[in-house]
Amino acid sequence: MDNSITTQAVTFDVFRFNSETDYLPYYKKYTLEVTSEEVVLDILNRIKWEHDGSFSYRRSCRHGICGACAIKVNGKGVLACKERMSDLIELFGTSMSIEPLSEKRAIKDMIVDKADFWDSHEKVKPYLVAQIDESPESENLVSVEEHEALLEADLCIQCGLCHYSCPSVEINDDYFGPAAFVAAYRFNADVRDSATVDRLEQINAPAQGVWDCVKCFECQEVCPKDINPIEKITKLHNMVFSEFVALDNVATRHAVGFASSIRKHGMLDEGELVRYSEGTIPMILKHGVVGLKMLKKGKVVPPWKMPKSDKLDEIQALVRSSSTAEF
Amino acid sequence: MQDKLTYALFTGCTAKQSTPEQLKSTYAVASKLGIELIELSEASCCGASHLQDYDDFLSLVLNARNICYAESRGLTMVTICNTCQLNTAMTKQRLDSDEKLKARVNEKLAEVGLEYKGSSQITHFLYAIIDDFGLDKIASMVKTPLSQFNIAPFYGCHNIRPSELQNSSHRTKENPYKPTSLDELIVACGGVNVDYEQKNKCCGFHAELQAPHTAAVLTGNAMAGAIDANADWMVTPCPLCHLKLDTQYGHAGEAVGREVKMPVLHMQQMVGLALGCTPQELGFEHHLSEVDFIDAVN
Repeated sequence: MDNSITTQAVTFDVFRFNSETDYLPYYKKYTLEVTSEEVVLDILNRIKWEHDGSFSYRRSCRHGICGACAIKVNGKGVLACKERMSDLIELFGTSMSIEPLSEKRAIKDMIVDKADFWDSHEKVKPYLVAQIDESPESENLVSVEEHEALLEADLCIQCGLCHYSCPSVEINDDYFGPAAFVAAYRFNADVRDSATVDRLEQINAPAQGVWDCVKCFECQEVCPKDINPIEKITKLHNMVFSEFVALDNVATRHAVGFASSIRKHGMLDEGELVRYSEGTIPMILKHGVVGLKMLKKGKVVPPWKMPKSDKLDEIQALVRSSSTAEF
Repeated sequence: MQDKLTYALFTGCTAKQSTPEQLKSTYAVASKLGIELIELSEASCCGASHLQDYDDFLSLVLNARNICYAESRGLTMVTICNTCQLNTAMTKQRLDSDEKLKARVNEKLAEVGLEYKGSSQITHFLYAIIDDFGLDKIASMVKTPLSQFNIAPFYGCHNIRPSELQNSSHRTKENPYKPTSLDELIVACGGVNVDYEQKNKCCGFHAELQAPHTAAVLTGNAMAGAIDANADWMVTPCPLCHLKLDTQYGHAGEAVGREVKMPVLHMQQMVGLALGCTPQELGFEHHLSEVDFIDAVN
């Protein structure tokens, strides 16, 4: 393998904005000779040190653990101190944009106001809630298996990459976002904790809770610590049912509806799923117009023509024997 | 002489109900390419990334059962829905990497005389034709090049993320921040591929009932992005994205404050058009956003 250091000219379109003086953000171009061993943070430093001392960004540890230097390059969320320029050049070529995590929350250049991120965190009680015996007679041991149940959720560095890559966060200000859900899972999965139901009631509420997840997997893709937030979101969904805090609403019925449809047909009955989830009258009001158009175009199968899977009895036997949830 | 390509086809539920044109065009394209598809008629719903929110173990057992039927036929499973691909491939990954979990699932499957082995690959039809048939060969068979069209690819989340899972399912390596397979397929069909910001973004389908505003904005943004990039139409490998883009343009337009209606084709319909399939074979009559350019092609 060739380990020699190579150099390449790369043009950066850099987001510039000072909320105290600028009415609108603008982009400034910088062309730099980039060496094959540099990371994105080196580029930020060189822009500041060699071109414009007013260029602003957060950075601290330079070791991928403080989470301060999270930004976006060509729309890809990165920890600037971890992301190698050679990988980005291979992916995007020699022209790329450098932007803050969230443009609408920019304070100065790369620096964003993460207040919404911390507010969401706060609401899920991201700390241990437990009655601690101040003079215990023996150690309060947590077994290896019990610790493994946290599924590395305790490795989150709160960098905000998943939160500001989440389309649901971008559109819905109430939505807690993947990082807060990871924190909720981390303490709900802790055997010492006693606030599981409180947290579940928060993350189960419409608009702010896990049910607004669009299942795009952006959070898993972007996480620099490989925490896999959407896996924790699924675990929280499961806890909502196992701890009996599930509300009887469109979101829970939508998930449960799959099990009842599979029991009946093997396949999903699409029309029945919408009816079961919404209720008959809301279904007609919300989906009636589009539904009629679909019916005319042969996109709705009437109940008496619903296709069924072959060997349906086998599927039904498995649904009976393997179901682990109740609603 | 190369053996005939044969796959076990997992149709999913949508192709049998709300996107019949997708099933028709899959068979039409397979027939043109000389690919044999054996339908997994025993398969159940994959749970569409929602069943596991309610009952994760049941979802694993049902998906493992579906895979068993591809294994017993000794075939690679081909999916035609991104979400079927995600759920099935993820089940395979979880079972193949966790002996204890596999044993628990197999205990249930044994009750109906089945065993999950892990011997079948699972790949989306898009990657099957790229990997096993080849873009060059498709290009060489094109009868009516789509050169007059600017075509916007819409990849659909569950074919590109999580990339670690997806890239273990097929030989084409896709980067979710800059996917290329569908662009290359457009070019192979003689079309002009359009670049736009939302091509690798979410359409919102999975939150449509519980978060209708979020879902509508995502669809609206995607379609507006394609329109602003001068696309004549969009193309997608996912029937769920297709449903969202083809039928929900009204809500989407209201959510983003502009009209966003435009024709949206399934990937199979685009390939079929280029290979000379008839509009009837491709099922264009089922679209809500009328496919109004067919006369210009033939």
